[in-house]
Amino acid sequence: MPVLVFVETGDGKVRKTSLEAIAYANKMGSDVTAIVLGSAQIAELESLGKYGAKKVLHVADAKLDQAVIQVYASVLTKAMQDEGADILVLANSSLGTPVAAKVAIKTNASFASNVVELPSTTNGFVVKRSIYTGKAFSFVELKNLKKVIAIKKNAAEAKEIGGTATVVPYQVSLNDADFNTTITSSEKATGDILLPEAEIVVSGGRGLKGPEHWAILEELAKELRAATGCSKPVSDMGWRPHHEHVGQTGVKVAPQLYIAIGISGAIQHLAGVNSSKCIVVINKDADAPFFKAADYGIVGDAFDILPKLTAAVKASH
Amino acid sequence: MKILVCISNVPDTTSKINFVDNSTKFDATGVQFIIGPYDDYALARAIELKEATPGTTVTVINVGGAETEPTIRKALAIGADDAIRVNAEPTDSFFVASQIAEHAKEYDLVLMGRESIDFNGGVVHAMVGEILGIPSLSPVMKLEIEGTKVKMEREIEGGKEQVEANLPLVAGCQEPIAEWKIPNMRGIMSARTKPLKVVDPTAVEQTVLLQKFQLPAAKGAIKMISADNVAELVTLLKTEAKVL
Repeated sequence: MPVLVFVETGDGKVRKTSLEAIAYANKMGSDVTAIVLGSAQIAELESLGKYGAKKVLHVADAKLDQAVIQVYASVLTKAMQDEGADILVLANSSLGTPVAAKVAIKTNASFASNVVELPSTTNGFVVKRSIYTGKAFSFVELKNLKKVIAIKKNAAEAKEIGGTATVVPYQVSLNDADFNTTITSSEKATGDILLPEAEIVVSGGRGLKGPEHWAILEELAKELRAATGCSKPVSDMGWRPHHEHVGQTGVKVAPQLYIAIGISGAIQHLAGVNSSKCIVVINKDADAPFFKAADYGIVGDAFDILPKLTAAVKASH
Repeated sequence: MKILVCISNVPDTTSKINFVDNSTKFDATGVQFIIGPYDDYALARAIELKEATPGTTVTVINVGGAETEPTIRKALAIGADDAIRVNAEPTDSFFVASQIAEHAKEYDLVLMGRESIDFNGGVVHAMVGEILGIPSLSPVMKLEIEGTKVKMEREIEGGKEQVEANLPLVAGCQEPIAEWKIPNMRGIMSARTKPLKVVDPTAVEQTVLLQKFQLPAAKGAIKMISADNVAELVTLLKTEAKVL
């Protein structure tokens, strides 16, 4: 019985976190059927095979180009039925998570979001979830036959394993009543690496003294191919947009490397970064609490260290 | 208009998390409980709407034991008119959503935080909307009502989108939808006598079962690098941490 994986696309490209969802489902030992909604390039669809999908359902209806949560939930529910899939796996996201929750209700499935590891099946079907904003984990048994699993970034490694996928056009009749929200416009940072998906994040705090000083941070980010983030005060003061705010009430990141510059490390900020593999803290205050949560630290002035660090990274390429 | 605000009773954001009873129970010793920070934004927006539109009422609902009543009273002190406490432990998203849906049918607008900061499920709004068959949206950063139309700004990865829907509607809220409100003395006094109805939970099929909790592995010691030798950091990130 296949596992269905909902694959999100942005600007025609498959999201990296969706590739992780395919890898996750593949590692569960089942055949993976991926489903892509809306316009997408055939090459992009076929490429899902390399990550472990056997079959790719493509609903090419242009009505799906605008992601209406209710509509997507109905299509995925139908696809689970048609494919005979008892399990749906997708990546946590502003689209995927609510869609997953609705599918779970429609299919009477057990649901878990923020899942960080492959399920264990020795004592029931048990998933590990990140809770208390990264400060703890819970082990939760999904009791129903049907299961919907929304995985957190890094729950599985998206790796090319060299398979091929059959792309199958899939038609679903859409229900007008499901179009219950209308997106009238959207703004997206273009060309940037998405903060929640970034492998390296360079984040700045009040220590940078003002939005006009962000250029030196951005230079380092560019050199590292990193996304930029910021602390809550920085976003509250309007120095940086809210979607860059990393922390308890902002974006939670889980990169390989998190570099914090001029951020003291309030516990609310740490809650947003504690899933990072490696944390570097640069702060002129040697007593900044962030040093206690870091792997590497430099005590020094951001305006002195940042250009040196950028140059050192450049020299190491 | 009738607004229902769903609040969670959660440990203060500065709390140290511990578990007892063989890692099966949260250790509440010395922990300060608060209205979920995101729920607090939802409540603040509801109070703003109430102040702007005569005839609007705000009810708060919480799923929890008697120990959550100080948190509910705080919401009443902030300006909600009355409260419902569903007398049950909020075990999982589906259970909580089912309880809220049972009471939410008569409301025009159901607001709550984008997620609770204890279990971080982030789906109660979507589930309540699904159970009631009405639209739901999260995380909502702006919410304006024009007649029966709701205009919202929603955060998406790396940006935001403007979304419209009709009432009734469920919204999961986050900043900057409104500024948190701090109760004043008059609010605190009047909250004591505002109605707080305690109801029994509705029977819900148990779909998930919590087995145990776990704390993350302790972090190793920090390695300090001299400000005069920044290049060493790059070397260590490459060769030791292997993240570059």
